[in-house]
Amino acid sequence: MASYCTQLCLQGRNLLRSKAVARTWQYNTQVRHCITRGSSKILNDCSINNGNHTTTQTRQRWKQQMFCYSDLATKHLATEALENKNVEETSTADVGAYESPLLPIRDAVSVPDMPLDLDAAAEVSALELISEEEAVSIRVPSDIPPASISLKDYVDKSETLSKLVQLGVDLWKLEQRPNVGSMLLKLDFNTDVAPRLLFLKDIGVDEARFGHIITQNPFVLTESLENLHSRVNFLKSQKFSPEIVASMVSRAPYILNFTVQRLDNRMGFYQQQLKLSASNTRHILARLPRLLCGSLEPVKENLKVCEMELGFKENEIQHIVITVPKVLIANKRKLTQIFDFVHNTMKVPHDLIAKFPQVLNCRFMRIRERHQFLEYLGKAQYNPDLPNYISLERLVIMPNDIFCTELALAKSADFSLFQKTL
Amino acid sequence: MATPAIRMFRKIEGLFCVYKPAGIHWKLVRGSIETSLLKGLNATPSQPLPTEVRFLALPVSEAEAPKGLILSAASVPVLSKHPLVTGPEFQNLKVGVGHRLDASSSGVLVLAVGNGNKALNNFDNARVTRDYTLEGEFGTATDDFSHTGRIVERSTYGHITKDKLERVLAMLQGANQKALLLYSNVDMRSQEAYEMAVQGLLGPDGKSLPILTGLRCIHFEPPNFTLEVQCINETQKYLRKVVHEIGLELRSTAVCRGVRRTRDGPFTLQDALTRDHWAASDVIQAIGKKRSSKKKSKTQTKDSPLQPSEESTTVNQINQ
Repeated sequence: MASYCTQLCLQGRNLLRSKAVARTWQYNTQVRHCITRGSSKILNDCSINNGNHTTTQTRQRWKQQMFCYSDLATKHLATEALENKNVEETSTADVGAYESPLLPIRDAVSVPDMPLDLDAAAEVSALELISEEEAVSIRVPSDIPPASISLKDYVDKSETLSKLVQLGVDLWKLEQRPNVGSMLLKLDFNTDVAPRLLFLKDIGVDEARFGHIITQNPFVLTESLENLHSRVNFLKSQKFSPEIVASMVSRAPYILNFTVQRLDNRMGFYQQQLKLSASNTRHILARLPRLLCGSLEPVKENLKVCEMELGFKENEIQHIVITVPKVLIANKRKLTQIFDFVHNTMKVPHDLIAKFPQVLNCRFMRIRERHQFLEYLGKAQYNPDLPNYISLERLVIMPNDIFCTELALAKSADFSLFQKTL
Repeated sequence: MATPAIRMFRKIEGLFCVYKPAGIHWKLVRGSIETSLLKGLNATPSQPLPTEVRFLALPVSEAEAPKGLILSAASVPVLSKHPLVTGPEFQNLKVGVGHRLDASSSGVLVLAVGNGNKALNNFDNARVTRDYTLEGEFGTATDDFSHTGRIVERSTYGHITKDKLERVLAMLQGANQKALLLYSNVDMRSQEAYEMAVQGLLGPDGKSLPILTGLRCIHFEPPNFTLEVQCINETQKYLRKVVHEIGLELRSTAVCRGVRRTRDGPFTLQDALTRDHWAASDVIQAIGKKRSSKKKSKTQTKDSPLQPSEESTTVNQINQ
């Protein structure tokens, strides 16, 4: 049992105040294994919130004996009483009662070591009556492990965690990130979480999105309220309307954790690099708020790729980015592969691709299969001047069945059969 | 307890085949199938949360000593069993791949889920033939025998006619037939060999060199031509090399433009699922269809590779 304790101690050492008591029980079990099995079953029936214990005098006496025997337990209690712990159980009964067992233990240490007396414990019956004071001073060990790799051991007992689960926060995903689990446990719902949720509601974020936001960015719960306010005010000062600010926060929750200066730098970068007007920059950022969160190096590389490898002119790049902002953070290899196929195999010129940039956002396989199907049917005509013109946008955006019936004028079954001949 | 997810999982276990498009590695195909099956499994409605009775303290207005708190029993759902806390029910699936296809080939790829992997082992060991369609082009030779490789040689092909090609194919077929008899480990002059040949059981057992049991030309239009091949124990690179060698035999050169597997044992192109049908419901349907068709057809422990006819032979264990 001791090895179990030490091995799981890596996450959050000072999680619960009751850890101290739990440790004593665990060390004591080494000494009195036969008795604790029976007693722990009785003790676990009462929950921690229960301030009223109806235990017997026998247990009280037995506890005193146990405190005498284990030196390790006393040393631990002495050291851990001095440590500063965060309590997430706020019932005052517990707080008061935890102090009391420390005192009798220190007194009990001075008793000379008595030999292990198994018969003495067996004599006292569990049905004996004890006084009220004795009953109150008996502490129940918590059944929560002092350290654990999963939050599911704590979720029933912790008010914060249960409320987060009810909001829709995915605790399983969050506990896999290092240190996030212990951070969430240390939060208090009323002082930490509730004000920030009210703040989000004030900005206009839909309540159903709270779970998603906290799952994506749990650190919004540790950010100070003045910082959050200042960032939202900065965005509003840049002439983003309140609804847009709410949607940006809801889709890219990390915006709230970046300093105002960083947000300002990013916005300035997009405006200068792309030489866009302020309203166009606002439009791009409203559509893809992730641009404000990630690093700028991939964006610079993508712009260079568009200019040099793909050979687009500046105004064409501007148009592409305004229509499909995702091109700025797309995978470069995928971008060049799609462009190579569309330009060289489908023989579509640059200006047509710039006019319909959705084609750069699509899956490569999809474009290839559909183009080959149209070619097989003799309908692959992408020049707007000639008859039977098929626009690139319709080629990629439509789902399969509409593509078959409207553009290719064939049945979906035929398209499946054709796909199997490629 | 059998949750709806577990019931669905039992239906998913089995063998099915997909159509692998060219240009994608088979591991990516296996990965996307696994992701879509997991998505389907975890989308099933979850069980209601178990509840437990707890004694909750009612808020008391006047200040009282702790032992005077009024407690009431309440049935509270156990949040530690909530899927947001425990994670999805299925986090991994064992999806196994039958005979692999390299990145530039396309065609029927057999996959097995869960318990179906045991049947896949038998499928591997059994003497199962595969059908391929090879697209070739005369005039060039490359280092990896395919049309995307580095060109090593160019030659004319004007002198090639269809009957010259047929003659070369016949010669190749003869050589392969000899290899087939050689690897069947039976003395050709015995009665046992005759009986095996009658039943069509001659052939290599287990690992051997690749053998083409059938070879014919289905389309000839110089410089392009198409071959249909039935083979055992082959790799796609070997098939491209065959095309290259045909070019050499005809005193010209040839490259292989495409390798397409049309049949893998009892799995044909008709059963293969295309990209839009890789969802869990389509896979369940395909497995069910295959199982029922196998139950109807004759079951033999070893199928006969020599007849190119589509007598559907099965591996017995796939039925389970």
